[in-house]
Amino acid sequence: MSILIDAETRVICQGFTGRQGSFHSSQALEYGTRVVGGVTPGKGGQEHLGLPVFDTVRDAVQGTGADASMIYVPAPFAADAILEAAAAGIRTIACITEGIPVLDMLQVKAALQGSEVNLVGPNCPGVITPGGCKLGIMPGAIHRPGSVGIVSRSGTLTYEAVHQTTKCGLGQSTCVGIGGDPVHGMSFIDCLSLFEEDPQTRGMILVGEIGGNAEEEAAEYIRCCVKKPVVAYIAGITAPAGKRMGHAGAIISAGKGSAKGKIAVLNSGGVEVVRSPAEMGACIQSALGTS
Amino acid sequence: MTGRAMPIVSGVCERVARQLISFAGIPVLFSLPWIIPEPSRGPILMHLHEYQAKAIFSAYGIPVPEGQVIRDATDAVSVAGMPGEEEWIVKAQVHAGGRGKAGGICRVAGREELVSEARRLLGMRLKTSQTGAAGLPVSTLYLERPVPVERELYLGALVDRGSERVVLMASAAGGMDIEELAREQPHAILAEAVHPCAGLRGYQCRNIAFGLGLSGEQIAEITRILRSVYRLVLEKDASLVEINPLGVTPEGHLMALDAKVDLDDNALYRHKDLASQRDVSQEDSRESRAREHGLNYITLNGNIACMVNGAGLAMATMDLIKLHGGEPANFLDVGGGVTAERVAEAFKIIVSDPGVRVILINIFGGIVRCDLIAEGIIRALREVDLQLPVVVRLEGTNVMQGRDLLAQSGLEVRTADDLAGAAQQAVMAADSA
Repeated sequence: MSILIDAETRVICQGFTGRQGSFHSSQALEYGTRVVGGVTPGKGGQEHLGLPVFDTVRDAVQGTGADASMIYVPAPFAADAILEAAAAGIRTIACITEGIPVLDMLQVKAALQGSEVNLVGPNCPGVITPGGCKLGIMPGAIHRPGSVGIVSRSGTLTYEAVHQTTKCGLGQSTCVGIGGDPVHGMSFIDCLSLFEEDPQTRGMILVGEIGGNAEEEAAEYIRCCVKKPVVAYIAGITAPAGKRMGHAGAIISAGKGSAKGKIAVLNSGGVEVVRSPAEMGACIQSALGTS
Repeated sequence: MTGRAMPIVSGVCERVARQLISFAGIPVLFSLPWIIPEPSRGPILMHLHEYQAKAIFSAYGIPVPEGQVIRDATDAVSVAGMPGEEEWIVKAQVHAGGRGKAGGICRVAGREELVSEARRLLGMRLKTSQTGAAGLPVSTLYLERPVPVERELYLGALVDRGSERVVLMASAAGGMDIEELAREQPHAILAEAVHPCAGLRGYQCRNIAFGLGLSGEQIAEITRILRSVYRLVLEKDASLVEINPLGVTPEGHLMALDAKVDLDDNALYRHKDLASQRDVSQEDSRESRAREHGLNYITLNGNIACMVNGAGLAMATMDLIKLHGGEPANFLDVGGGVTAERVAEAFKIIVSDPGVRVILINIFGGIVRCDLIAEGIIRALREVDLQLPVVVRLEGTNVMQGRDLLAQSGLEVRTADDLAGAAQQAVMAADSA
């Protein structure tokens, strides 16, 4: 078991024949992901990487039975791509594209309200179930199938958590990079609730950062509804207020959204928060015991 | 995502409830920390000057005082106006609040005073409570006719991440620092979240109008202004619009006395006319140079420069430096494709900060292999001819080949095996430099 995707997941790529789409689709194939085709409007009927290309996501779903999509189309077209995938019945959508206007995402979120779509991202590394399915740009080789569920707002910091849990032998059930934009798809809580239900997952690592109050909401949720151990790291304790730290969402405003505040709330929710990003693996290992 | 084929859990319920509440138009006070305007000067928003914002206001039918832009003190001579109309408010155009207290806004009577104020302000660096010690250069003045007002209100609109809506805000306590107000008297702020499908409704405008104590013709006036502000947000991809203060004249009319508009950088591709209005003189020169090269750089006060791939890891690297007793000199995210060109450019920006004593490079090589990254670092180091100690921590695909390349390069590069060790080495190097 895992969450969101597994070895049976049938994946298509939107923006398939572009530079990014081609590269990451071939990486996904190399990893063993069941990539079944892709979409590039106007190139339907062609073949790319030995797989069929379709004009529309609807055609691709009809032609391949795809149930997950990874999106690599440029930012001006990404909101459209998400909605097209959702309309075609794709259930798990990972939108890797960064730089989508926030008003576009407001519309996307409103349109997806009440649907059964799991949108990961945008502006994220995607989601991976080690040994099964890679739906995104993360380096496959650092992952090992295992017992830790990872959910993170950051890309390379997710890889740190993965690297450390691989090194200490725990491995990962599924890793979800939910993205650094202020308005995005799945939340920490959405992922934590799936991990809590997933028998393969024995504990979770939550990687948060300054800005917003998603970590505070997650702490509240963990307090009431999560029994499995959760270890957290919050990036940005040294970030000055009023400066955006790379991610559109990473900003401390009016004293709110600071790392210190988030750490305090997570601690009070029973979450062990590591001060150093180098200690995520060791901490979850000791929380899970050596058994 | 709220609707999934799973047992609905309480956290999700809460979120749905919150969205329903905000949709119903009840002030979203619970997410107030996130509906406070962000007074940031960062790379993700593009700030407009007051005069640029007011030009947009005019185009949207939001009443503003009569005004004129001057860039030269001699221009002031020709705009001094007719006899009897010689009073002006002179406003320095900088990307910061607190201009009034800092002497950047003053009232003048007559041509002579106008010219001398223009001479004083143009070319100076204005230091306000928000600019830092260096201040910001004044190259443009905005002259306005004084408008008598009896009351000052606050009006704002922004994209609220909590409710995922455009939220319109208003307060009867205009002119005052809205963040302070939100902290101390959150109930003094009226907020209306707009559902993107329903749009801004009449009842929401009435809630704000009556909440502000307006009456009669003013209800229609504020409704027109609110609708214009909302339309402006949507059509120009504004992330923040503020009218502070919105003045009430003795005749009871409403007028925008100040104007602040921040645009979503990500949407500038569809607003070429606005993108060209960017005033780079108001930005940190290293930060704007970094942006031109696709790098994300923010100046800090320490002496350990960082070069990292990924924003989260970059922040984590700063935190580690601090944890080990050092001070980061900057935030720098070189992004996904770590090429020799980008690394070289990043080095150049870093060394232009005279406070830097050591450089810490922390790269998690994922898709881009560590051996290629190492080659990039070596080429960049040779090109830039760096005199500072460099600590490199590489991890990820082909890490051993990458470390070997660095070790054999003959360059004075210290490599670290892990994250904590890298930070320790950098702090030690900074202390002994």
